[in-house]
Amino acid sequence: MIAAPSPSVATLRKEFGEAIERHVVSCGDTIVYASRERVHDVLAWLKETPGEDYSYLTDITAVDYRDPERALEVVWQIRAIDRPADMRVKVAIPTGEPLEVPTVWDLWRGANWLEREVFDMFGVLFIGHPDLRRILMWETYAEGFPLRKSFPLRGHFSRSEQTRQALAGQPESHYSLEELSIADEYQNLPADVRERLKQGKRGFVE
Amino acid sequence: MGLSEIEPGAAGSPVVSAVSPNFMTTSLDFLANWARTGSLWPMPFGTACCAIEFMATAASRYDISRFGMERMSFSPRQADVLICAGRLPFKLAPVIRRVWDQMPQPKWSISMGACASSGGIFDNYAMVQGIDTIIPVDVYVPGCPPRPEGLLYGVMLLMKKIRGESFTDDFLRREQTIGANGLYLPPDRIDELSEPFGNSVSQTRST
Repeated sequence: MIAAPSPSVATLRKEFGEAIERHVVSCGDTIVYASRERVHDVLAWLKETPGEDYSYLTDITAVDYRDPERALEVVWQIRAIDRPADMRVKVAIPTGEPLEVPTVWDLWRGANWLEREVFDMFGVLFIGHPDLRRILMWETYAEGFPLRKSFPLRGHFSRSEQTRQALAGQPESHYSLEELSIADEYQNLPADVRERLKQGKRGFVE
Repeated sequence: MGLSEIEPGAAGSPVVSAVSPNFMTTSLDFLANWARTGSLWPMPFGTACCAIEFMATAASRYDISRFGMERMSFSPRQADVLICAGRLPFKLAPVIRRVWDQMPQPKWSISMGACASSGGIFDNYAMVQGIDTIIPVDVYVPGCPPRPEGLLYGVMLLMKKIRGESFTDDFLRREQTIGANGLYLPPDRIDELSEPFGNSVSQTRST
């Protein structure tokens, strides 16, 4: 059975033209490749246009295909809960370009932690995110971005070095900075984190 | 601690730093070890599915309090046995180390399950390859997860170990603190302990 693409694709193409690079249907799911510059507009349009109403952000993730021409694909999975209907929007980031995509935190507040996870695991910068810092690994984790294909399974450092760095970490640095700012352990934070907290920056990417 | 500071050597003779076991010390050992084995207060450090088996062990069917572990101590300062039930990610390594440091002597630890003992199936960047690279371990309980009987057997092995302790030899009761290099074991020892084994040997460090 060859499934037809979602009817949203035609309206998307009419609305955005060249910004919709291509679309594919995979296992019945419609995947739309958008340009990086317009992906925020595409997602906002899909969310807010009557008749589309993709109001629910299911997931944000990224895929490393080990492809020499595209470093990563960032994936937004969205859902129109009332119909219901699903749509997958992707942005392919070519090799050599900065791993930057716009945040959708202003559309879905739930994107906050999802984008932090993608940043933590793949190193994708979400421009405009209010608090872009690691969420699964600790803040001073120095080995890189674990879910990239170039990352060795057991990490870059030796086990003793990993253990040393882990033990050197303060358990308190796993808490959010708001919690820490009212706690005694504030002084135990790394100096650069303290400085950022003082400036109210909290990892904001300009 | 204790009698080891006493210098039994007669005046003029070379000072012997440790008391050799005699009727007095072994009787005291027997009494102290009997008391300690009968009132081990566990500090549960449950991180994964082993904690479910640990809860089953603590619940009425297996009833760990039959062995004197009546009171789960959720404060490390009133605990005797740290039971690490489950895998330990590097992110939790400083936490278990601090819990261990907060426990007063005498203290023991049980590493419950394959992941706590060796990293188990998680031979990856995020997981401690055996909690013995972080804290000293007395008893390893194998299994994935171990059945409650397995944990109880580990507890009884620990009791057997405690019964053999003597305060004329305080080696086991010495605090093993983190040294200047940030580890409590030599780095090459940790690398050796963390070597892949079994199936994960064929998983290469892909780049």
